[in-house]
Amino acid sequence: MYAVEVENISKSFEKVEALKNISFNVKSGSLFGFIGPDGAGKTTLFRILVTLLKQNTGTAKIQGLNNITDYKKIRSIVGYMPGKFSLYQDLSVEENLRFFATVFGTTVENNYHLIKDIYSQIEPFKTRLAGKLSGGMKQKLALSCAMIHKPEVLFLDEPTTGVDAVSRKEFWEMLKVLKNSGITILVSTPYMDEAELCDEVALIQDGKILKIETPQNIIGAYEKNLYAVKSTNMFKLIADLRSFEFSESVFPFGQFIHYTDKRDQINENDLINYLAQKDHKNIVLQKITPNIEDCFMSYLNK
Amino acid sequence: MIPIIFVMPIVQLIVLVHAATFEMKNIRMVVVDNDYSSTSKKLVEKFQRSPFFIISNRTNSYKLAEEDIKNGNAEVVISIPENFEKNLIRENKDKLQLVVNAINGTSAGLINAYSISVISEFNKELAGRNGKPAAAIISQKQINTFYSFWYNPELNFKTFMVPGILVLLVTIIGFLLSGMNVVREKEIGTIEQINVTPIKKYQFIIGKLLPFWFIALFELAFGLTVGKLLFNIPMVGSLGLVFFVASIYLIVILSMGLFVSTITNTQQQSMLISFFIMMIFILMSGLFTSIENMPSWAQTITKFNPVAYFIKIMRMVLLKGSGFAEIKTEFFSLLFFAFTMLSLAVWRYRKTS
Repeated sequence: MYAVEVENISKSFEKVEALKNISFNVKSGSLFGFIGPDGAGKTTLFRILVTLLKQNTGTAKIQGLNNITDYKKIRSIVGYMPGKFSLYQDLSVEENLRFFATVFGTTVENNYHLIKDIYSQIEPFKTRLAGKLSGGMKQKLALSCAMIHKPEVLFLDEPTTGVDAVSRKEFWEMLKVLKNSGITILVSTPYMDEAELCDEVALIQDGKILKIETPQNIIGAYEKNLYAVKSTNMFKLIADLRSFEFSESVFPFGQFIHYTDKRDQINENDLINYLAQKDHKNIVLQKITPNIEDCFMSYLNK
Repeated sequence: MIPIIFVMPIVQLIVLVHAATFEMKNIRMVVVDNDYSSTSKKLVEKFQRSPFFIISNRTNSYKLAEEDIKNGNAEVVISIPENFEKNLIRENKDKLQLVVNAINGTSAGLINAYSISVISEFNKELAGRNGKPAAAIISQKQINTFYSFWYNPELNFKTFMVPGILVLLVTIIGFLLSGMNVVREKEIGTIEQINVTPIKKYQFIIGKLLPFWFIALFELAFGLTVGKLLFNIPMVGSLGLVFFVASIYLIVILSMGLFVSTITNTQQQSMLISFFIMMIFILMSGLFTSIENMPSWAQTITKFNPVAYFIKIMRMVLLKGSGFAEIKTEFFSLLFFAFTMLSLAVWRYRKTS
């Protein structure tokens, strides 16, 4: 059973083709992630799915309801949290929650159990104006408001953008809890490390879906030998690695530079010698197992 | 916001009513008396006694008098020809010349009317005294002009202006507040969150309309109170009728504001369009210049101007005490506008793009 079925959806704005023939299915009760750089079309896709925008071609179904013809029904079964904080900043935390509950024809008390875990964290500030909350608290409030009508499918558009690392982690913990209560969650994010927390991820770039996989399979499918390289002059190191004749990809990654080679078999000494020739000191070269970000980088490069 | 709501009507009423008045007191008149007879002196005396005129200069050269008008030292010249008295007695008629500075057409018209009323009164007196048929000064035919200013006998312009300025007040409040509203939600992004809810279009628009409707009605009540206390404006007609019409009128204005708001994307655009529309509505409303003086094409345009209707109704009800029967045409026009604009606003507000 699929909660979201999308078939061949395309959408263009005047000159820009935002989505090109996108198809995917999301299993009921799963946490589905869209990973992609800014401008990939994530927000456009979400806006189509929550009936704010109409696609040019293709069909989309949410819980079996067509997004064009049954948009009214869809609106009461989806929760949407836009990327930009869209609650009333001049209403207090509590007023916002009550307002959205009323708009959906329910009450805060009815569905309080759904948002209890999240809302209890911001409840001490319930009389504060929403505009005066910190970034993390705003996200929690927005999620509470998106959940208050007990949606069957939840759309979260870049919920963790601009939120500190601790709050991001907390936020994903909350998503897991929600998922366990049977809600299908679609989440988009530009942060690749968050992909590992999803059941399935779709890699989206330039309006096209490059790959839909479980995070485990994505890592498992990584065949290249991946090396972490380090030296005293990191900036020069990038340039030198890129100009190495067998180099395939070179990315800075934390303290190291992740490097893959065109050859299947690689002689590590070759590379060390090459770098030593280029005046690099304290060269460190170690083979590592790829994480999901490495996998994405390799997909995005293809 | 709350201080603005209270300060705005007071400032508007005090400043605008005094500034935008056409009240004619102390009209400066230059007398060119070439006759120097007792009759001509009586005529001048009559002007002097009138509360409207002061004789600023006497001369026997028309040229000099014209200078005074050019310099802005006088608004009107009355020129009494030679043998004025003689002709009046002998031929029972003569002519006078009135020269009015007509840069401001409205005030020129008023000065003219005031002068003629003084002259015709003088004419009557002459006729009575001579025991002959009245000597026609204005025209050769025996027309007696009687001026009787109804509903505003002292020609108090404050009385005339206050109802109009109150209309201005509720219009500005209604139009601008509602015009900024939906577009503000677009700018902040809150409209996204609202649009995915099952809320109905008409519910949304009504929700947007009601608060401003109450605020504007309250403003009207407050403005009327201020007008009564400060200017003692007459309230001859039923206040209930005023508020009933106002409630319909506000739907027109608020819907127009919301309509502007739904077709624009930024508050700046909305501001610009609202101002443009409001300027035209207000300047063509008959508040400052009477609609009857406009060219006929402009008069046709004012038929589509709700502000003009409401100002007319306000003046009719407050100053004349007109009842519903007298304002029926205007009222139903407003009702029609209200219906059209509200439907337009609801129709144009899109939850999906």
